[in-house]
Amino acid sequence: MAQPILNVRGLVKRFGGLLATDHVDLTVQPGEIHALIGPNGAGKTTLISQLMGELKPNEGTVELAGQSLDALPTARRVGLGLARTFQITCLLPDYTVLDNIALAVQVRQGHSFRFWKNVRSDRSLRDEASTFLTGTGLEPRENELVANLSHGEQKQLELAIALATQPRLLLLDEPMAGLGHAESQQMIKTLRGLKNQVSMLLVEHDMDAVFALADRISVLVYGRVIASGSVDEIRQNPEVRTAYLGEGDELC
Amino acid sequence: MNSENSFKRPALLAAVLIVMIALPLIADATGYSALTSLATRILIYGIAAASLNLVLGYGGLVSFGHAAFFGIGGYVVGILYQHYSLEEPLFGFIPGTNQMLITLPVAILISGLAAAAIGALSLRTGGVQFIMITLAFAQMLFFLFVSLKTYGGDDGLIIRRTNELPGLNMRDKQTVYYVCLFITAVFFALLWRIVNSRFGNVLVGLRQSEKRMAAIGLPAYRYRLMAFIISGMGCGLAGALMANFLRFASPDMMHWTKSGELMVMVILGGVGTLFGPLIGAAVFIVLETTLAAWTENWQLALGFILLFVVLYTHGGVQALVSRLMGKR
Repeated sequence: MAQPILNVRGLVKRFGGLLATDHVDLTVQPGEIHALIGPNGAGKTTLISQLMGELKPNEGTVELAGQSLDALPTARRVGLGLARTFQITCLLPDYTVLDNIALAVQVRQGHSFRFWKNVRSDRSLRDEASTFLTGTGLEPRENELVANLSHGEQKQLELAIALATQPRLLLLDEPMAGLGHAESQQMIKTLRGLKNQVSMLLVEHDMDAVFALADRISVLVYGRVIASGSVDEIRQNPEVRTAYLGEGDELC
Repeated sequence: MNSENSFKRPALLAAVLIVMIALPLIADATGYSALTSLATRILIYGIAAASLNLVLGYGGLVSFGHAAFFGIGGYVVGILYQHYSLEEPLFGFIPGTNQMLITLPVAILISGLAAAAIGALSLRTGGVQFIMITLAFAQMLFFLFVSLKTYGGDDGLIIRRTNELPGLNMRDKQTVYYVCLFITAVFFALLWRIVNSRFGNVLVGLRQSEKRMAAIGLPAYRYRLMAFIISGMGCGLAGALMANFLRFASPDMMHWTKSGELMVMVILGGVGTLFGPLIGAAVFIVLETTLAAWTENWQLALGFILLFVVLYTHGGVQALVSRLMGKR
């Protein structure tokens, strides 16, 4: 088996007496979409925050393509090819759509200790940023302030910014949350189109989306991975049905 | 859209510049010769407030200790002058000087170093702690200079003559004004480049969302520290000019109320705008002068005006003016 792009071993995070992440082992293979599902409060977002280095785990290691990330701050992890989207969108509201993406391109290009040239007339940034807008449906809105975007558009922009950092592994924190049916379908299409470019860890509640996209699924309950396997294995798993999907509920 | 476009109104800018160049002549012609001194103070405080605005307005870091750098700049001029006039080198080997071409760069350098040290420690915190730590450092420096009897302690340092510039008669108030005007123009041109550069872009990004900036891979600390250092250098420059203008440097220059005044200027003029702080400095100093002529409780009136500005102008005098002129 090829070396996994993401390898999480024995990850533990405690908040006082609460075990938010309970010895989690998780791998994402190159080119795969690995979905992480679980009920509310299972610790999915906490896990993503630890992978990004925004939260420090109490125990365990995280490796990206064989390289340990444990000692690295968030910025360095992003430099190595990790990117995330936020469940509750986290964008720069006073900047335009294009500014938001151009800033991600700028940071990827290297240090920003450049004090002289006007950043908004820098073609190398603007042009490259535009390429990340194509196909998102945001092109006509590129000069709109982010504060004026709809929720669905903000979700699209979250993804475009994450892609502008040119990640090897994308951590998606509920990209469909709050989207209408048509918007969800669009997002599924977009993610499926990205499948060959980037590996993904997909946290999602929308089971249609998960079953449509995922190669493998892991189920997180009370901070613990109770099952991990292919889509069919998870569908059939009785433990998963009781814990998460609800016993006796018809799936899909 | 959000970029600073004050420079894109060259006509307005040129008009203001012409008025400022003609100001001493107008002052002489109308008999208000005090106007030149007033304008000089406005320019100097404008530099200091605009420097503070780089971290406060653009960077979103509320520093309550920027008077420290203002005072350091003043003391560099004062101390170098004292060693020059007494003809005894500082620490036994650094000769004093009265040459502005030396004192200003030294003031900028020393205040930059002080900002690096203070910033390196304060920027490890955020929010209210940051405000308190910057305030604490400024007060420490204030009391340090109060206790430095060699340099006048409480009473401050008298500088008998304004620093020399080759070929200029610096004893003339108008010449000092023009020197300050030139430096202010250069300073704002540099600041304009900085806030619109890649550096300015990440600084404004950090103000909007630190979390987002981390998620695109930006290490925040070093950029904030650099902004803090540039800002401290600007305040040091202003302090050095002020010491030259007043021919006096005292611990009052770094008292916390001075930090507050700089902040008031920024807020009055417009937080996070290029020329807002300069406008704010003008409003503040004109108000101070006129109100103080009426009543010694002028700060009460100033308080009400500040309240009005904060509550109703949505972005200071600069925003108010642009709205009245229909440019927004």
